Amino acid sequence: MGIKWDEFFVTGDPLILASQIAILLTSIGAVAALTYFKKWRWLWTDWLTTVDHKKIGILYILVGIVMFFRGGVDGLMMRAQTAVPENNFLDAQHYNEVFTTHGVIMILFVAMPLLIGVMNFIVPLQIGARDVAFPQLNALSFWLTFSGAMLFNISFVIGGSPDAGWTSYFPLAGKEFSPGIGNNFYAIALQIAGAGTLMSGINFVVTILKMRTKGMTLMKMPMFTWTSFITSIIITASFPIFTVALALMTFDRIFGTHFFTVSGGGMDMLWANLFWLWGHPEVYIVVLPAFGILSEVISTFARKTLYGYKSMVLSITIIAVLSMLVWVHHFFTMGNSSAANSFFSITTMMIAIPTGVKVFNWLFTMRKGRIKFTTAMLWALAFVPNFVIGGVTGVMLAMAAADYQYHNTLFLVAHFHYVLIPGVVFPLFAAFYYWWPKMFGYMLNERIGKWHFWLFTIGFNLTFMPMFFLGLDGAVRRAYTYSEQTGFGPLMLTSAIGAIILAAGFAVLLYNIYWSARYADRNISNDPWDARTLEWATASPVQHYNFASLPEVKTLDAFWHMKKNNEIKELNEDEIQEIHMPSNTWIPFYMGSVFLIAGFFLVFEWTIAAAIATIGIIAGLIFRSFDYDEGFHVHKDEIIETEQGWRKVGKGVKNHVS
Amino acid sequence: MSAKGNAALPIEFQTQQNRMNILGFWIFLGAEIVLFATLFGVYGVLGHRHAGGPMQQDLFIIKDVMIQTMLLLTSSFTMGIAIFEMRRENTKGLLIWFIITLLLGAGFLYMEIQEFSHYVHQGATMQTSAFLSSFFVLLGTHGLHVTLGIGWAVLLIIQLVQRGLTPVTARKTFIIGLYWHFLDVVWIFIFTFVYLRGLVS
Repeated sequence: MGIKWDEFFVTGDPLILASQIAILLTSIGAVAALTYFKKWRWLWTDWLTTVDHKKIGILYILVGIVMFFRGGVDGLMMRAQTAVPENNFLDAQHYNEVFTTHGVIMILFVAMPLLIGVMNFIVPLQIGARDVAFPQLNALSFWLTFSGAMLFNISFVIGGSPDAGWTSYFPLAGKEFSPGIGNNFYAIALQIAGAGTLMSGINFVVTILKMRTKGMTLMKMPMFTWTSFITSIIITASFPIFTVALALMTFDRIFGTHFFTVSGGGMDMLWANLFWLWGHPEVYIVVLPAFGILSEVISTFARKTLYGYKSMVLSITIIAVLSMLVWVHHFFTMGNSSAANSFFSITTMMIAIPTGVKVFNWLFTMRKGRIKFTTAMLWALAFVPNFVIGGVTGVMLAMAAADYQYHNTLFLVAHFHYVLIPGVVFPLFAAFYYWWPKMFGYMLNERIGKWHFWLFTIGFNLTFMPMFFLGLDGAVRRAYTYSEQTGFGPLMLTSAIGAIILAAGFAVLLYNIYWSARYADRNISNDPWDARTLEWATASPVQHYNFASLPEVKTLDAFWHMKKNNEIKELNEDEIQEIHMPSNTWIPFYMGSVFLIAGFFLVFEWTIAAAIATIGIIAGLIFRSFDYDEGFHVHKDEIIETEQGWRKVGKGVKNHVS
Repeated sequence: MSAKGNAALPIEFQTQQNRMNILGFWIFLGAEIVLFATLFGVYGVLGHRHAGGPMQQDLFIIKDVMIQTMLLLTSSFTMGIAIFEMRRENTKGLLIWFIITLLLGAGFLYMEIQEFSHYVHQGATMQTSAFLSSFFVLLGTHGLHVTLGIGWAVLLIIQLVQRGLTPVTARKTFIIGLYWHFLDVVWIFIFTFVYLRGLVS
């Protein structure tokens, strides 16, 4: 086990040295602040050991926002490097690392945690439950995701970043062509985070099947819950494939096997197939809950029931099935038979049908609605045209013959950014503005929100629209520079300017969070938007047991009908019963930590140290097996006090439709 | 979440939390099916890529594999009896059959380790060829599952002795039963598609 200490820290690059110092100072600052304000106990009992789905949701969102910053900086560095021809801001190796980490982080540590965070917070409330089916497992999911994210992120200061692209195709990603340990970070960090995601998927399938409140049949579930349900099923069906693919990559890289190698009978295309067998469903895993968010926001602010509810459900189900049948379109040019290419062309184009149904349903929901142009609604409105550009260029790419022209160009890059940013990021921003009062008890500022909206959408279009034309002119993706004679310069510069505006938009969001946390009115009702679903039937921010008594549902948009039919009840103190809740536990946090340590050793191929750390994992499992904690009961007095507290404040309980 | 029991149901299904745990485990088994299906797919692709190394016919000894198979199939049967005894609330019978199941599982595991070390001594390691890489990882994953299952079951036996048969221990036992039968099903596929097909092709 030759430990190469001289290669432990990445050295020699001023940008990375600055980051190393910044990380060190931030860590010291965080520890000092926690100690000075005596917040360690608060951190431990309120956050690190929590099993409350709402707090776990907020933790996920926090991780997602921090990672968005990291992934965004990667993106800005790429745009800076390509802003002018033959630039020397980044060298080729550094550029490779930056586009790799940008892709991995944006998909797996931004889109996934943000969406799973929103799911965690909202789904139990929407179905009238007090927590998810397995609260401790939920905490474990979070801490594994967190460990994976941390392990992946330290790569650029310790050991070296992965540099074979977020797809990490073999043979490039193998030991032969990437002898450093960078790609081990990819294989192992994503394995740990992926295990957490799989557990979340199973957890939400059971939660949604088994924990709906009285009267909420499947076809009366809010659309966001439906999309979360289908997403959880896709997670359960596709993440094990990624688990296997990453495990085989680890074996190839660390133990010298021949799954994807050029020698020994291995097959590099096997990796491409396994990767996209997971990777394509993954796109729908992130986009479906985002569609669910849009459905909630649009029907709330158009002030109408969602148009075509049943066709929406059918569409997402069909999308889920088709998502498993299109993976070859990612490598039309890599030596398939024309029959195979034709088959996957057709299945790919078929996805446009249910997606189109959904877009028309949203438009029809808005038709003749009394639309309120809140910031959340603006994001939903901007989604439609921008996402359609992404979708239509997707159909262009789906034509296998034409794809030979587009493949691996910036046209493709523009296409998937037009799908993922309007399709996932816009809805997530809508979710922030829409559900922020439910999470924190105050609203994000609408005026600053509109600055955020306009800067971000204009910056987004300015960044990625030029890439369509650059791609058609032959600019390939992942190239760290280009010559002046190519003529790419002006459009590349436009794109870089767009990226700055985009980043300014994101900075305004952060400022909005800061401003609203300090100055926003706390005196809001439980239902500031006049919304339609059950999460608005309880306090803002939500009390830890969610509902004093579980609501009973008769129709779709249950809360709106309760308001309309004057069925909102006053607090009846005699009906209050003790509520059983799960206890906090240290085990998930502990497990996340030992997985991080074991993963770190394995990345450095210190197999004996990793094996010793694995004993820590087994010890955690044994502790869990003997843990017979039965939870605790919330006393009647506490419930009555809490309920009276929020029902009397300010505007009080909203019990009518305005 | 509630601990309200429904005595009309079998003991492991009596509480809402137990019913959710059992459903959750079924869904986990669904994920496990995808995991093993992927490994079988990998073996299907790489199984004939010997890279000049030994082939299936050079390695497999059908008699030993047959004994392994009988051990594991019998252990699935005794696990069924253990769950039957659990339903009759006969804790002693449950424990006896449970332990017999684990001994059979341990026997299976012992033979599998012998088989692997035999191959390695013949120079057939997982670094030799794509066929052997996929063979060792597929069977190793199954063997690792059996190992973890035995460790898990030992923890549960301690709890059964400490606490007797309660809805919680019964649910844990039932879930281990599901897991054990699942591993048996996977083995049947390994026996058919790896060993038998390897010997006839």
